[in-house]
Amino acid sequence: MDAVVMGNVDYNKNVMEHFRNPRNMGELEDADAEATVGNPSCGDVMKIMIKVKDDVIVDIKFQTMGCAAAIATSSMATELAKSKTLEEAEKISNKDVSLALGELPPIKEHCSNLAADALRKAIEVYRKKTA
Amino acid sequence: MEMIYLDNAATTRVDDAVALAVNEVFLESYGNASSLHDVGQEAKRHLEGSREKIAAYFGCEPKEITFTSGGTESNNLAIRGLAKANPEKKHIVTSVIEHPCVLDTCKDLESEGYEVDYLKVDEQGIVSLDEVREKVRDDTLVVSVMHVNNEIGTLQPVEEIGIICRKKGVYFHTDNVQGFLKEDLALASIDLMSISGHKVQAPKGVGILYIRNGVKIKPILTGGGQENNLRSGTENVPGAVGLAAAIDVDFKIDEVRYSRDKIIEGLMKISGTRINGSLTHRVYNNINVSFYGIEGEALMLMLNEMGIFVSTGSACASTKLKESYVLKALDVDEMYIHGSIRLSLGVDVIGKEDYIVGKVSEAVEKLREMSPFKLPLEELGVGGSELGEGKIKGVAREVEDE
Ligand SMILES: Cc1ncc(COP(=O)(O)O)c(C=O)c1O
Ligand SMILES: [Zn+2]
Repeated sequence: MDAVVMGNVDYNKNVMEHFRNPRNMGELEDADAEATVGNPSCGDVMKIMIKVKDDVIVDIKFQTMGCAAAIATSSMATELAKSKTLEEAEKISNKDVSLALGELPPIKEHCSNLAADALRKAIEVYRKKTA
Repeated sequence: MEMIYLDNAATTRVDDAVALAVNEVFLESYGNASSLHDVGQEAKRHLEGSREKIAAYFGCEPKEITFTSGGTESNNLAIRGLAKANPEKKHIVTSVIEHPCVLDTCKDLESEGYEVDYLKVDEQGIVSLDEVREKVRDDTLVVSVMHVNNEIGTLQPVEEIGIICRKKGVYFHTDNVQGFLKEDLALASIDLMSISGHKVQAPKGVGILYIRNGVKIKPILTGGGQENNLRSGTENVPGAVGLAAAIDVDFKIDEVRYSRDKIIEGLMKISGTRINGSLTHRVYNNINVSFYGIEGEALMLMLNEMGIFVSTGSACASTKLKESYVLKALDVDEMYIHGSIRLSLGVDVIGKEDYIVGKVSEAVEKLREMSPFKLPLEELGVGGSELGEGKIKGVAREVEDE
């Protein structure tokens, strides 16, 4: 094995589509809350920003530094959360995100677990701010 | 879509003339080189002819050339073979940036009671001759230091290391898998040297271990006693012929080196860029480059979509990012280790430099747009790139020029 060659990673079409054309990517001006999870030493860092009106996520954006799995799951998580009530969005699990994308390579499970975590954390931040 | 293969340090396309030479052996000279009949002797002539050609290239004796299955086996044979033949010597010196087939072989021997010293490298990836002098002992079995590093392309002062070892009466082995036919190397101070066919447009599954006359070594593969009893197994005659034929391949080294420098110059115009390794002691076709705030695997994949094939030193797997141990040894900042890719060039880059730089810039820009990490431009200065001699926290080249 050449030390530089990547591991045995095989992304499905859906993941690649979200990697190529991520949804809701960018910065959210006047976000009501945001949260960042992960850190560079574990590979992926994800930031989720939400705008909330009457307990509904009316807008959501993400920024991710990471591999294709991290970018695709960020994209999918924001798609799932958009227009949901906070209560509904909070229930979106890592599993929901990866199911919506189809199968993720097993060694990428860690990366795909960040998106729902970031979303939940952003909601938590929002609740604390408005409590 | 145009496809450009920039992963020649991983492996190469077999050269047309090499393929024809190999194919002729497959079809016409298929005998077992150990058979005594005419068909076998015809194969043996090909095998010995190849050995002589390679020996002539190095200026050594044919019997100092042992054919193996590749770089991994050559490195294993060198280290384990010496260990078997010199059991009283229980100490090994190698470097922290060796290929895994050397490092893991040393680790394996450590578990059998050997003591191993791993030479540090500086920020350019070069070992210190003083440290070599310090580490070599009376019971040192072998010093093994690679000629050209596979990730960052750094050249080590192996001839000088060899001289130190020779003076101390210690064997010196060098992994020359990435340097063979590319960077000159005099064998005068080298006792053992590993080479692999598939890095030089010859087939996969063939390699060489050069073993200087008089070196005490024992086989690690036992059986039929081929290769002067050092490497049993029916001889890979087509592979040997291919390896010898690769000597005539024109790698257009000067042109590719020029292309490499042109690409490096272009990439440095992207802000937050770092060239890893040495700019002066570097194999002619390697570019190892990092971009702040993005991840190497995503960059590799995006370039793949654009028909540009590179490799990355870091990939996130399971629970933790698998960082390049080579870049880590160079003390590269974590954020830059993440965003590193390796471009190892072949002749097809000539004239495509601007195209390649354009595609890489486009991919970097796209991923940066996605990234929550914005360039700390105040810290990096205008342009924000540096050539990798120092730590990235330093000042940008553009600023220094002023
Ligand atoms: C420096 C170095 N040594 C050894 C090897 C192993 O060679 P092979 O693939 O022929 O076993 C490689 C190739 O990956 C290499 O780059
Ligand atoms: Zn990841």
